[in-house]
Amino acid sequence: MEQSRVWKFNNDIDTDQIIASQYLLLSSIEEMKKYTFESIHKDFSSNVIEGDVIVAGENFGCGSSREQAPRVLKELGIKAVVAKSFARIFYRNSINIGLPVVICEDLYDNISENDLIEIDFTNGIIKKDNKEFKSTKLPEHMQIILNSGGLIEYLNRKAE
Amino acid sequence: MGYTLIEKIVMKNTGLDNVESGSIVIVNADKLMVHDIFIPFVAQKFEEMGFKKIYDPNKMVLIYDHLVPTAKVEDVRHFKIAEEFCEKYGVKNIHRSDGICHQLMVEGGYVKPGDIVFGTDSHTTTYGAIGAFSTGIGYTEMAAVLGTGELWIKVPQTIKVNIDGKLPNGVTSKDVILRIIGDLKADGATYKALEFSGNCVENMSISSRMTMANMAIEAGAKSGLFVPDKKTAEYCNIDMKDLEYLQPDSDAKYERVLNYKAEDLEPVVAYPSQVDNIKTVKEVSGTKIDQVFIGSCTNGRLEDLEVAAEILKGKKISKYLKLIVTPASRKIYNEALDKGIIKVLAEAGAIITHPGCGLCCGRSGGIVSEGEKVLATNNRNFLGRMGSSKAEIYLCSPVVAAVSALTGEITNP
Repeated sequence: MEQSRVWKFNNDIDTDQIIASQYLLLSSIEEMKKYTFESIHKDFSSNVIEGDVIVAGENFGCGSSREQAPRVLKELGIKAVVAKSFARIFYRNSINIGLPVVICEDLYDNISENDLIEIDFTNGIIKKDNKEFKSTKLPEHMQIILNSGGLIEYLNRKAE
Repeated sequence: MGYTLIEKIVMKNTGLDNVESGSIVIVNADKLMVHDIFIPFVAQKFEEMGFKKIYDPNKMVLIYDHLVPTAKVEDVRHFKIAEEFCEKYGVKNIHRSDGICHQLMVEGGYVKPGDIVFGTDSHTTTYGAIGAFSTGIGYTEMAAVLGTGELWIKVPQTIKVNIDGKLPNGVTSKDVILRIIGDLKADGATYKALEFSGNCVENMSISSRMTMANMAIEAGAKSGLFVPDKKTAEYCNIDMKDLEYLQPDSDAKYERVLNYKAEDLEPVVAYPSQVDNIKTVKEVSGTKIDQVFIGSCTNGRLEDLEVAAEILKGKKISKYLKLIVTPASRKIYNEALDKGIIKVLAEAGAIITHPGCGLCCGRSGGIVSEGEKVLATNNRNFLGRMGSSKAEIYLCSPVVAAVSALTGEITNP
Protein backbone atom coordinates (compact mmCIF):
# COMPACT_ATOMS: atom_id res chain seq x y z
CA MET A 1 0.00 0.00 0.00
CA GLU A 2 1.09 3.54 -0.74
CA GLN A 3 3.01 5.46 1.91
CA SER A 4 2.00 9.01 2.72
CA ARG A 5 4.03 11.74 4.33
CA VAL A 6 2.57 13.34 7.48
CA TRP A 7 2.03 17.00 8.26
CA LYS A 8 1.22 17.36 11.94
CA PHE A 9 -1.11 19.98 13.43
CA ASN A 10 -2.33 20.35 17.01
CA ASN A 11 -5.79 20.78 18.59
CA ASP A 12 -8.50 23.25 17.58
CA ILE A 13 -7.15 24.17 14.15
CA ASP A 14 -9.84 26.61 12.97
CA THR A 15 -10.98 27.43 9.46
CA ASP A 16 -9.43 30.91 9.65
CA GLN A 17 -6.07 29.21 10.12
CA ILE A 18 -6.70 26.83 7.22
CA ILE A 19 -7.72 29.63 4.85
CA ALA A 20 -8.06 33.19 6.16
CA SER A 21 -11.18 35.15 5.30
CA GLN A 22 -9.39 37.78 3.23
CA TYR A 23 -8.60 35.12 0.60
CA LEU A 24 -12.16 33.83 0.26
CA LEU A 25 -12.91 36.38 -2.41
CA LEU A 26 -10.25 35.16 -4.78
CA SER A 27 -12.16 33.80 -7.71
CA SER A 28 -10.91 30.20 -7.60
CA ILE A 29 -9.69 27.54 -5.20
CA GLU A 30 -6.61 27.31 -7.43
CA GLU A 31 -5.70 30.90 -6.48
CA MET A 32 -6.64 30.43 -2.82
CA LYS A 33 -4.62 27.31 -2.19
CA LYS A 34 -1.25 29.04 -1.90
CA TYR A 35 -2.48 30.81 1.26
CA THR A 36 -3.37 27.57 3.05
CA PHE A 37 -2.22 27.61 6.71
CA GLU A 38 -0.52 30.94 6.01
CA SER A 39 -0.71 32.27 9.58
CA ILE A 40 0.60 29.12 11.28
CA HIS A 41 2.68 27.23 8.71
CA LYS A 42 3.94 29.55 6.00
CA ASP A 43 5.83 26.90 4.01
CA PHE A 44 2.98 24.43 3.88
CA SER A 45 1.53 25.22 0.48
CA SER A 46 4.88 25.38 -1.29
CA ASN A 47 6.16 22.12 0.19
CA VAL A 48 3.09 19.92 0.29
CA ILE A 49 2.98 17.23 -2.38
CA GLU A 50 0.19 15.13 -3.83
CA GLY A 51 -0.60 12.22 -1.53
CA ASP A 52 0.53 13.85 1.74
CA VAL A 53 -1.75 13.52 4.74
CA ILE A 54 -2.61 15.78 7.67
CA VAL A 55 -2.62 14.33 11.17
CA ALA A 56 -4.22 16.56 13.77
CA GLY A 57 -5.48 16.61 17.33
CA GLU A 58 -8.98 17.40 18.48
CA ASN A 59 -11.65 19.55 16.84
CA PHE A 60 -9.94 19.98 13.46
CA GLY A 61 -11.71 22.53 11.24
CA CYS A 62 -13.68 24.38 13.92
CA GLY A 63 -15.13 27.80 13.21
CA SER A 64 -16.74 28.98 10.04
CA SER A 65 -18.84 27.05 7.53
CA ARG A 66 -16.39 27.93 4.73
CA GLU A 67 -16.15 24.98 2.40
CA GLN A 68 -13.01 26.52 0.96
CA ALA A 69 -11.15 25.04 3.95
CA PRO A 70 -11.44 21.38 2.90
CA ARG A 71 -11.32 22.43 -0.76
CA VAL A 72 -7.86 24.06 -0.58
CA LEU A 73 -6.55 20.93 1.17
CA LYS A 74 -7.99 18.71 -1.55
CA GLU A 75 -6.70 21.03 -4.28
CA LEU A 76 -3.18 20.83 -2.79
CA GLY A 77 -3.34 17.05 -3.12
CA ILE A 78 -3.93 16.14 0.52
CA LYS A 79 -4.99 12.52 0.47
CA ALA A 80 -6.71 12.47 3.85
CA VAL A 81 -7.05 14.25 7.16
CA VAL A 82 -6.67 12.01 10.20
CA ALA A 83 -7.69 13.67 13.45
CA LYS A 84 -8.67 12.77 16.99
CA SER A 85 -11.93 14.57 16.25
CA PHE A 86 -13.43 16.98 13.72
CA ALA A 87 -15.71 19.99 13.91
CA ARG A 88 -19.10 19.09 12.47
CA ILE A 89 -19.40 21.44 9.48
CA PHE A 90 -15.84 20.77 8.32
CA TYR A 91 -16.45 17.03 8.51
CA ARG A 92 -19.67 17.25 6.50
CA ASN A 93 -18.14 19.59 3.92
CA SER A 94 -15.19 17.24 3.47
CA ILE A 95 -17.44 14.31 2.67
CA ASN A 96 -19.45 16.42 0.26
CA ILE A 97 -16.41 17.51 -1.70
CA GLY A 98 -14.70 14.12 -1.60
CA LEU A 99 -11.88 14.74 0.90
CA PRO A 100 -11.43 11.63 3.07
CA VAL A 101 -11.63 12.44 6.78
CA VAL A 102 -10.81 9.73 9.29
CA ILE A 103 -10.99 9.72 13.06
CA CYS A 104 -8.12 7.98 14.84
CA GLU A 105 -7.67 8.46 18.56
CA ASP A 106 -4.18 7.01 18.98
CA LEU A 107 -2.17 7.97 15.92
CA TYR A 108 -1.58 11.59 16.93
CA ASP A 109 0.47 10.82 20.03
CA ASN A 110 2.60 8.28 18.18
CA ILE A 111 3.59 10.29 15.16
CA SER A 112 5.87 13.14 14.12
CA GLU A 113 5.91 15.44 11.14
CA ASN A 114 7.39 13.80 8.01
CA ASP A 115 6.73 10.24 9.26
CA LEU A 116 5.33 7.89 6.65
CA ILE A 117 2.01 6.11 7.14
CA GLU A 118 -0.34 3.85 5.21
CA ILE A 119 -4.10 4.33 5.39
CA ASP A 120 -6.53 1.52 4.66
CA PHE A 121 -9.85 3.36 4.34
CA THR A 122 -11.97 0.27 3.73
CA ASN A 123 -10.86 -1.58 6.83
CA GLY A 124 -10.17 1.42 9.06
CA ILE A 125 -6.51 0.68 9.72
CA ILE A 126 -3.55 3.08 9.72
CA LYS A 127 -0.04 1.61 9.67
CA LYS A 128 3.18 3.24 10.79
CA ASP A 129 6.27 1.01 10.51
CA ASN A 130 5.01 -2.22 12.09
CA LYS A 131 2.41 -0.61 14.30
CA GLU A 132 -1.28 -0.57 13.46
CA PHE A 133 -3.82 1.98 14.62
CA LYS A 134 -7.56 1.60 14.41
CA SER A 135 -9.42 4.38 12.67
CA THR A 136 -13.05 4.93 11.74
CA LYS A 137 -14.49 3.54 8.59
CA LEU A 138 -16.90 5.87 6.89
CA PRO A 139 -20.65 5.15 7.10
CA GLU A 140 -21.78 3.47 3.91
CA HIS A 141 -23.73 6.35 2.38
CA MET A 142 -20.80 8.68 3.03
CA GLN A 143 -18.47 6.17 1.42
CA ILE A 144 -20.71 6.18 -1.65
CA ILE A 145 -20.55 9.98 -1.85
CA LEU A 146 -16.77 9.88 -1.35
CA ASN A 147 -16.25 7.10 -3.87
CA SER A 148 -18.29 9.06 -6.41
CA GLY A 149 -15.84 11.94 -5.93
CA GLY A 150 -18.16 14.19 -3.95
CA LEU A 151 -21.78 15.27 -3.69
CA ILE A 152 -22.08 16.74 -7.19
CA GLU A 153 -20.75 13.65 -8.87
CA TYR A 154 -22.99 11.56 -6.64
CA LEU A 155 -26.11 13.57 -7.55
CA ASN A 156 -25.18 13.49 -11.23
CA ARG A 157 -24.71 9.75 -11.12
CA LYS A 158 -28.01 9.30 -9.33
CA ALA A 159 -29.74 11.38 -12.00
CA GLU A 160 -28.33 9.30 -14.85
CA MET B 1 -40.24 8.36 26.76
CA GLY B 2 -40.21 12.11 26.28
CA TYR B 3 -38.54 14.32 23.71
CA THR B 4 -36.23 17.33 23.74
CA LEU B 5 -37.02 20.54 21.88
CA ILE B 6 -34.91 19.67 18.86
CA GLU B 7 -36.43 16.19 18.65
CA LYS B 8 -39.90 17.78 18.67
CA ILE B 9 -38.88 20.11 15.84
CA VAL B 10 -37.55 17.22 13.77
CA MET B 11 -40.68 15.12 14.42
CA LYS B 12 -42.97 17.95 13.32
CA ASN B 13 -40.87 18.59 10.23
CA THR B 14 -40.62 15.00 9.09
CA GLY B 15 -44.01 13.76 10.25
CA LEU B 16 -42.28 10.92 12.12
CA ASP B 17 -43.98 10.03 15.39
CA ASN B 18 -40.76 8.94 17.00
CA VAL B 19 -37.13 9.99 16.56
CA GLU B 20 -34.01 9.00 18.38
CA SER B 21 -30.80 10.94 18.71
CA GLY B 22 -28.16 9.47 16.45
CA SER B 23 -30.57 8.36 13.75
CA ILE B 24 -30.33 9.92 10.32
CA VAL B 25 -33.44 11.56 8.92
CA ILE B 26 -34.25 13.64 5.88
CA VAL B 27 -35.70 17.03 6.78
CA ASN B 28 -37.40 19.71 4.71
CA ALA B 29 -35.81 23.13 4.85
CA ASP B 30 -38.23 25.88 5.88
CA LYS B 31 -35.81 28.66 4.93
CA LEU B 32 -32.39 28.85 3.34
CA MET B 33 -30.06 31.76 3.92
CA VAL B 34 -27.20 32.58 1.58
CA HIS B 35 -24.90 35.57 2.05
CA ASP B 36 -22.90 37.62 -0.42
CA ILE B 37 -19.50 36.10 0.26
CA PHE B 38 -20.49 32.57 -0.82
CA ILE B 39 -23.19 33.21 -3.45
CA PRO B 40 -20.77 32.85 -6.43
CA PHE B 41 -19.83 29.37 -5.21
CA VAL B 42 -23.44 28.38 -4.51
CA ALA B 43 -24.50 29.59 -7.96
CA GLN B 44 -21.68 27.72 -9.68
CA LYS B 45 -22.40 24.45 -7.86
CA PHE B 46 -26.15 24.82 -8.48
CA GLU B 47 -25.46 25.02 -12.22
CA GLU B 48 -22.98 22.14 -12.10
CA MET B 49 -25.62 19.99 -10.41
CA GLY B 50 -27.87 20.61 -13.38
CA PHE B 51 -30.86 21.98 -11.47
CA LYS B 52 -33.30 23.94 -13.61
CA LYS B 53 -35.13 25.60 -10.73
CA ILE B 54 -35.04 26.26 -7.02
CA TYR B 55 -37.53 23.95 -5.30
CA ASP B 56 -39.25 26.99 -3.79
CA PRO B 57 -37.70 30.40 -4.53
CA ASN B 58 -39.64 31.99 -1.65
CA LYS B 59 -37.71 29.90 0.83
CA MET B 60 -34.38 31.40 -0.18
CA VAL B 61 -33.17 34.63 1.43
CA LEU B 62 -30.11 36.31 -0.02
CA ILE B 63 -28.34 38.88 2.13
CA TYR B 64 -25.45 41.18 1.32
CA ASP B 65 -23.56 41.83 4.53
CA HIS B 66 -19.90 40.78 4.42
CA LEU B 67 -19.13 43.10 1.51
CA VAL B 68 -21.34 46.09 2.31
CA PRO B 69 -20.22 48.64 1.38
CA THR B 70 -17.55 47.19 -0.88
CA ALA B 71 -13.95 47.41 0.30
CA LYS B 72 -12.24 46.12 -2.86
CA VAL B 73 -13.00 46.40 -6.55
CA GLU B 74 -13.41 42.63 -6.86
CA ASP B 75 -16.26 42.61 -4.32
CA VAL B 76 -18.77 43.81 -6.91
CA ARG B 77 -18.44 40.50 -8.78
CA HIS B 78 -20.36 38.86 -5.92
CA PHE B 79 -23.30 41.23 -6.28
CA LYS B 80 -23.41 40.79 -10.06
CA ILE B 81 -23.54 37.02 -9.72
CA ALA B 82 -26.16 37.32 -6.96
CA GLU B 83 -28.42 39.56 -9.03
CA GLU B 84 -28.19 37.28 -12.07
CA PHE B 85 -28.96 34.22 -9.93
CA CYS B 86 -32.00 35.87 -8.32
CA GLU B 87 -33.30 37.10 -11.67
CA LYS B 88 -32.87 33.71 -13.33
CA TYR B 89 -34.45 31.65 -10.56
CA GLY B 90 -37.06 34.09 -9.26
CA VAL B 91 -35.61 34.81 -5.83
CA LYS B 92 -37.42 37.82 -4.36
CA ASN B 93 -36.10 37.88 -0.78
CA ILE B 94 -32.96 39.92 -1.21
CA HIS B 95 -31.41 42.50 1.13
CA ARG B 96 -28.72 44.68 -0.35
CA SER B 97 -27.78 46.91 2.59
CA ASP B 98 -30.14 46.23 5.48
CA GLY B 99 -27.76 44.61 7.91
CA ILE B 100 -26.23 41.34 9.06
CA CYS B 101 -27.88 38.16 7.78
CA HIS B 102 -28.62 36.58 11.16
CA GLN B 103 -30.19 39.72 12.53
CA LEU B 104 -32.36 40.13 9.42
CA MET B 105 -33.52 36.52 9.38
CA VAL B 106 -35.02 36.90 12.85
CA GLU B 107 -35.93 40.61 12.80
CA GLY B 108 -37.50 40.31 9.34
CA GLY B 109 -39.72 37.40 10.36
CA TYR B 110 -38.18 34.94 7.91
CA VAL B 111 -37.72 32.40 10.69
CA LYS B 112 -40.47 31.13 12.98
CA PRO B 113 -40.27 28.94 16.08
CA GLY B 114 -40.12 25.26 15.13
CA ASP B 115 -38.63 25.94 11.69
CA ILE B 116 -35.63 24.12 10.29
CA VAL B 117 -33.27 26.55 8.61
CA PHE B 118 -29.89 26.18 6.95
CA GLY B 119 -27.46 28.98 6.11
CA THR B 120 -24.05 29.30 4.50
CA ASP B 121 -22.67 30.76 7.70
CA SER B 122 -21.73 28.98 10.90
CA HIS B 123 -23.54 31.53 13.09
CA THR B 124 -26.86 30.45 11.60
CA THR B 125 -27.37 28.90 15.06
CA THR B 126 -28.62 32.37 16.12
CA TYR B 127 -32.26 31.53 15.23
CA GLY B 128 -32.32 29.03 18.09
CA ALA B 129 -33.14 32.12 20.19
CA ILE B 130 -36.74 31.85 18.96
CA GLY B 131 -36.84 28.07 19.07
CA ALA B 132 -35.82 27.24 15.50
CA PHE B 133 -33.39 24.48 14.58
CA SER B 134 -30.90 26.32 12.42
CA THR B 135 -27.36 25.50 11.48
CA GLY B 136 -24.56 26.28 9.04
CA ILE B 137 -23.71 24.21 5.96
CA GLY B 138 -21.17 24.48 3.15
CA TYR B 139 -21.90 26.01 -0.24
CA THR B 140 -22.05 22.74 -2.20
CA GLU B 141 -24.60 21.39 0.23
CA MET B 142 -26.55 24.65 0.02
CA ALA B 143 -26.70 24.30 -3.75
CA ALA B 144 -28.07 20.78 -3.32
CA VAL B 145 -30.77 21.85 -0.82
CA LEU B 146 -31.82 24.74 -3.03
CA GLY B 147 -32.50 22.19 -5.75
CA THR B 148 -34.12 19.47 -3.68
CA GLY B 149 -35.52 21.19 -0.57
CA GLU B 150 -34.17 18.37 1.55
CA LEU B 151 -31.13 17.57 3.63
CA TRP B 152 -30.11 14.55 5.66
CA ILE B 153 -29.23 15.26 9.25
CA LYS B 154 -28.22 13.25 12.22
CA VAL B 155 -30.66 13.93 15.06
CA PRO B 156 -28.36 15.41 17.71
CA GLN B 157 -28.20 14.55 21.38
CA THR B 158 -29.04 17.49 23.60
CA ILE B 159 -27.06 19.02 26.44
CA LYS B 160 -29.40 20.91 28.73
CA VAL B 161 -27.94 24.08 30.20
CA ASN B 162 -29.95 25.24 33.14
CA ILE B 163 -29.34 28.74 34.51
CA ASP B 164 -31.32 29.92 37.50
CA GLY B 165 -31.26 33.16 39.43
CA LYS B 166 -30.58 36.80 38.71
CA LEU B 167 -27.43 37.99 36.95
CA PRO B 168 -25.37 40.46 39.01
CA ASN B 169 -25.14 44.05 37.75
CA GLY B 170 -22.77 44.38 34.81
CA VAL B 171 -23.09 40.71 33.85
CA THR B 172 -24.85 40.01 30.56
CA SER B 173 -25.91 37.03 28.46
CA LYS B 174 -22.54 37.34 26.69
CA ASP B 175 -20.72 36.56 29.94
CA VAL B 176 -23.05 33.61 30.45
CA ILE B 177 -22.38 32.04 27.05
CA LEU B 178 -18.63 32.71 27.24
CA ARG B 179 -18.53 30.95 30.61
CA ILE B 180 -20.47 27.98 29.17
CA ILE B 181 -18.09 27.74 26.19
CA GLY B 182 -15.12 27.92 28.55
CA ASP B 183 -16.56 25.00 30.53
CA LEU B 184 -17.63 22.90 27.53
CA LYS B 185 -14.49 23.82 25.52
CA ALA B 186 -14.45 24.47 21.76
CA ASP B 187 -15.51 20.93 20.87
CA GLY B 188 -17.56 20.04 23.96
CA ALA B 189 -20.87 20.14 22.13
CA THR B 190 -19.78 18.90 18.70
CA TYR B 191 -22.67 17.21 16.91
CA LYS B 192 -24.95 18.10 19.82
CA ALA B 193 -27.67 20.63 20.50
CA LEU B 194 -27.68 22.95 23.49
CA GLU B 195 -31.04 23.63 25.12
CA PHE B 196 -30.98 26.62 27.46
CA SER B 197 -33.45 26.74 30.32
CA GLY B 198 -34.02 28.12 33.81
CA ASN B 199 -35.56 31.30 35.15
CA CYS B 200 -32.47 33.35 34.29
CA VAL B 201 -32.91 32.76 30.56
CA GLU B 202 -36.68 33.10 30.88
CA ASN B 203 -36.05 36.64 32.06
CA MET B 204 -33.75 37.41 29.13
CA SER B 205 -34.88 39.45 26.13
CA ILE B 206 -34.97 37.83 22.69
CA SER B 207 -31.88 39.92 21.84
CA SER B 208 -29.93 38.52 24.79
CA ARG B 209 -30.99 35.02 23.83
CA MET B 210 -29.75 35.65 20.27
CA THR B 211 -26.30 36.45 21.69
CA MET B 212 -26.18 33.03 23.34
CA ALA B 213 -27.66 31.02 20.45
CA ASN B 214 -25.25 32.79 18.10
CA MET B 215 -22.24 31.49 19.99
CA ALA B 216 -23.41 27.88 20.45
CA ILE B 217 -21.24 27.00 17.45
CA GLU B 218 -18.16 28.14 19.38
CA ALA B 219 -18.61 25.03 21.56
CA GLY B 220 -19.05 23.03 18.35
CA ALA B 221 -22.83 22.75 18.76
CA LYS B 222 -25.10 22.09 15.83
CA SER B 223 -27.76 24.25 17.38
CA GLY B 224 -28.40 26.33 20.51
CA LEU B 225 -32.07 26.50 21.40
CA PHE B 226 -34.39 28.36 23.73
CA VAL B 227 -37.82 26.95 24.46
CA PRO B 228 -40.39 29.32 22.91
CA ASP B 229 -42.31 31.22 25.58
CA LYS B 230 -44.60 34.26 25.82
CA LYS B 231 -41.75 36.57 24.84
CA THR B 232 -41.08 34.48 21.74
CA ALA B 233 -44.77 34.44 20.85
CA GLU B 234 -44.97 38.19 21.19
CA TYR B 235 -41.77 38.82 19.24
CA CYS B 236 -42.85 36.53 16.41
CA ASN B 237 -46.48 37.60 16.54
CA ILE B 238 -47.71 34.06 17.07
CA ASP B 239 -50.35 32.71 19.42
CA MET B 240 -48.75 30.94 22.39
CA LYS B 241 -51.15 28.04 21.79
CA ASP B 242 -49.40 27.33 18.48
CA LEU B 243 -46.09 26.95 20.28
CA GLU B 244 -47.21 24.39 22.81
CA TYR B 245 -46.02 21.47 20.71
CA LEU B 246 -42.48 22.82 21.12
CA GLN B 247 -42.35 22.42 24.90
CA PRO B 248 -39.83 19.69 25.77
CA ASP B 249 -41.20 16.78 27.80
CA SER B 250 -40.32 16.57 31.47
CA ASP B 251 -38.96 13.06 30.89
CA ALA B 252 -36.93 14.05 27.79
CA LYS B 253 -33.57 12.33 27.50
CA TYR B 254 -30.57 14.65 27.76
CA GLU B 255 -26.98 13.67 27.17
CA ARG B 256 -26.18 15.64 30.31
CA VAL B 257 -27.40 18.64 32.27
CA LEU B 258 -25.20 21.59 33.25
CA ASN B 259 -26.42 23.77 36.09
CA TYR B 260 -25.41 27.37 36.70
CA LYS B 261 -26.38 29.83 39.39
CA ALA B 262 -26.64 33.28 37.81
CA GLU B 263 -25.41 34.96 40.99
CA ASP B 264 -22.07 33.11 40.66
CA LEU B 265 -21.33 34.49 37.20
CA GLU B 266 -19.08 37.47 36.57
CA PRO B 267 -17.78 39.51 33.63
CA VAL B 268 -15.35 37.47 31.52
CA VAL B 269 -13.27 37.74 28.35
CA ALA B 270 -12.22 35.15 25.79
CA TYR B 271 -8.46 35.51 25.78
CA PRO B 272 -6.54 35.41 22.45
CA SER B 273 -6.85 33.45 20.32
CA GLN B 274 -9.43 30.85 21.22
CA VAL B 275 -13.03 31.42 22.20
CA ASP B 276 -12.89 28.81 24.97
CA ASN B 277 -9.89 30.47 26.62
CA ILE B 278 -11.99 32.22 29.26
CA LYS B 279 -10.58 34.46 31.98
CA THR B 280 -12.41 36.76 34.35
CA VAL B 281 -12.15 40.46 33.57
CA LYS B 282 -10.51 40.88 36.98
CA GLU B 283 -7.69 38.54 35.93
CA VAL B 284 -6.85 40.56 32.81
CA SER B 285 -7.81 44.06 33.95
CA GLY B 286 -5.18 46.65 33.18
CA THR B 287 -4.34 45.15 29.76
CA LYS B 288 -3.83 48.14 27.44
CA ILE B 289 -6.01 48.13 24.32
CA ASP B 290 -5.83 49.98 21.00
CA GLN B 291 -9.34 49.45 19.74
CA VAL B 292 -12.79 48.58 21.02
CA PHE B 293 -15.48 47.11 18.77
CA ILE B 294 -19.17 47.01 19.67
CA GLY B 295 -21.22 45.28 17.00
CA SER B 296 -21.73 42.04 15.02
CA CYS B 297 -24.50 39.43 14.93
CA THR B 298 -23.51 38.60 18.51
CA ASN B 299 -23.81 42.00 20.17
CA GLY B 300 -24.86 44.72 17.74
CA ARG B 301 -28.48 45.00 18.81
CA LEU B 302 -30.34 47.95 20.31
CA GLU B 303 -29.93 46.79 23.93
CA ASP B 304 -26.17 46.45 23.35
CA LEU B 305 -25.83 49.96 21.94
CA GLU B 306 -28.12 51.28 24.66
CA VAL B 307 -26.08 49.85 27.52
CA ALA B 308 -22.89 51.22 25.94
CA ALA B 309 -24.49 54.66 25.60
CA GLU B 310 -25.55 54.65 29.25
CA ILE B 311 -21.94 54.07 30.26
CA LEU B 312 -20.45 56.56 27.80
CA LYS B 313 -23.00 59.34 28.21
CA GLY B 314 -21.35 62.71 28.74
CA LYS B 315 -17.86 61.16 28.78
CA LYS B 316 -14.97 60.85 26.33
CA ILE B 317 -13.21 57.65 25.35
CA SER B 318 -9.51 57.23 26.09
CA LYS B 319 -7.29 59.49 23.99
CA TYR B 320 -5.49 57.09 21.67
CA LEU B 321 -8.21 54.49 21.47
CA LYS B 322 -10.55 53.86 18.55
CA LEU B 323 -14.10 52.85 19.41
CA ILE B 324 -15.99 51.34 16.50
CA VAL B 325 -19.73 50.82 16.84
CA THR B 326 -21.66 48.90 14.20
CA PRO B 327 -25.43 48.44 14.56
CA ALA B 328 -26.44 44.96 13.40
CA SER B 329 -29.18 46.23 11.09
CA ARG B 330 -30.64 49.32 9.48
CA LYS B 331 -33.70 48.99 11.73
CA ILE B 332 -31.49 48.99 14.83
CA TYR B 333 -29.53 51.94 13.43
CA ASN B 334 -32.77 53.90 12.97
CA GLU B 335 -34.06 53.03 16.43
CA ALA B 336 -30.73 54.02 17.96
CA LEU B 337 -30.95 57.34 16.10
CA ASP B 338 -34.49 57.95 17.34
CA LYS B 339 -33.51 57.20 20.92
CA GLY B 340 -30.49 59.51 20.80
CA ILE B 341 -28.11 56.61 21.35
CA ILE B 342 -26.06 57.29 18.24
CA LYS B 343 -25.59 60.92 19.30
CA VAL B 344 -24.34 59.91 22.76
CA LEU B 345 -21.89 57.41 21.26
CA ALA B 346 -20.65 59.85 18.62
CA GLU B 347 -20.15 62.57 21.20
CA ALA B 348 -18.14 60.19 23.34
CA GLY B 349 -15.80 59.70 20.37
CA ALA B 350 -17.14 56.54 18.69
CA ILE B 351 -16.77 55.87 14.99
CA ILE B 352 -20.19 54.67 13.88
CA THR B 353 -20.07 52.37 10.88
CA HIS B 354 -22.78 50.99 8.59
CA PRO B 355 -24.65 47.81 9.54
CA GLY B 356 -22.80 44.74 8.24
CA CYS B 357 -20.12 42.18 9.00
CA GLY B 358 -17.17 44.46 8.07
CA LEU B 359 -14.75 44.35 10.97
CA CYS B 360 -15.83 41.04 12.49
CA CYS B 361 -14.99 39.19 9.28
CA GLY B 362 -11.80 41.19 8.73
CA ARG B 363 -13.00 42.87 5.54
CA SER B 364 -13.28 46.56 6.37
CA GLY B 365 -13.99 49.24 8.96
CA GLY B 366 -11.15 49.06 11.47
CA ILE B 367 -8.71 46.39 10.31
CA VAL B 368 -5.92 45.96 12.87
CA SER B 369 -2.20 45.53 12.37
CA GLU B 370 0.69 43.75 14.05
CA GLY B 371 0.91 44.19 17.81
CA GLU B 372 -2.47 45.85 18.24
CA LYS B 373 -4.91 44.68 20.91
CA VAL B 374 -8.64 44.74 20.32
CA LEU B 375 -11.44 44.32 22.83
CA ALA B 376 -14.51 43.24 20.88
CA THR B 377 -18.09 42.08 21.37
CA ASN B 378 -18.22 39.69 18.43
CA ASN B 379 -17.92 35.91 18.46
CA ARG B 380 -14.45 34.90 17.28
CA ASN B 381 -10.95 35.89 18.29
CA PHE B 382 -9.08 33.55 15.96
CA LEU B 383 -5.67 34.50 14.58
CA GLY B 384 -6.03 37.03 11.77
CA ARG B 385 -9.77 37.41 12.22
CA MET B 386 -9.70 41.23 12.10
CA GLY B 387 -6.61 41.77 10.00
CA SER B 388 -3.06 40.90 11.03
CA SER B 389 -2.52 37.46 12.53
CA LYS B 390 -0.17 39.21 14.96
CA ALA B 391 -2.97 41.27 16.51
CA GLU B 392 -4.69 40.07 19.67
CA ILE B 393 -8.46 39.92 20.03
CA TYR B 394 -10.25 39.73 23.39
CA LEU B 395 -13.98 38.99 23.33
CA CYS B 396 -16.33 40.53 25.88
CA SER B 397 -19.78 41.97 26.57
CA PRO B 398 -20.85 45.47 25.48
CA VAL B 399 -20.67 46.54 29.13
CA VAL B 400 -17.01 45.57 29.50
CA ALA B 401 -16.30 47.07 26.07
CA ALA B 402 -17.81 50.44 26.95
CA VAL B 403 -16.24 50.70 30.40
CA SER B 404 -12.85 49.79 28.94
CA ALA B 405 -13.20 52.31 26.10
CA LEU B 406 -13.16 55.04 28.76
CA THR B 407 -9.98 53.85 30.44
CA GLY B 408 -8.03 52.49 27.45
CA GLU B 409 -7.43 49.22 29.27
CA ILE B 410 -9.51 46.16 30.08
CA THR B 411 -11.61 47.26 33.03
CA ASN B 412 -13.98 45.47 35.37
CA PRO B 413 -17.38 47.21 35.28
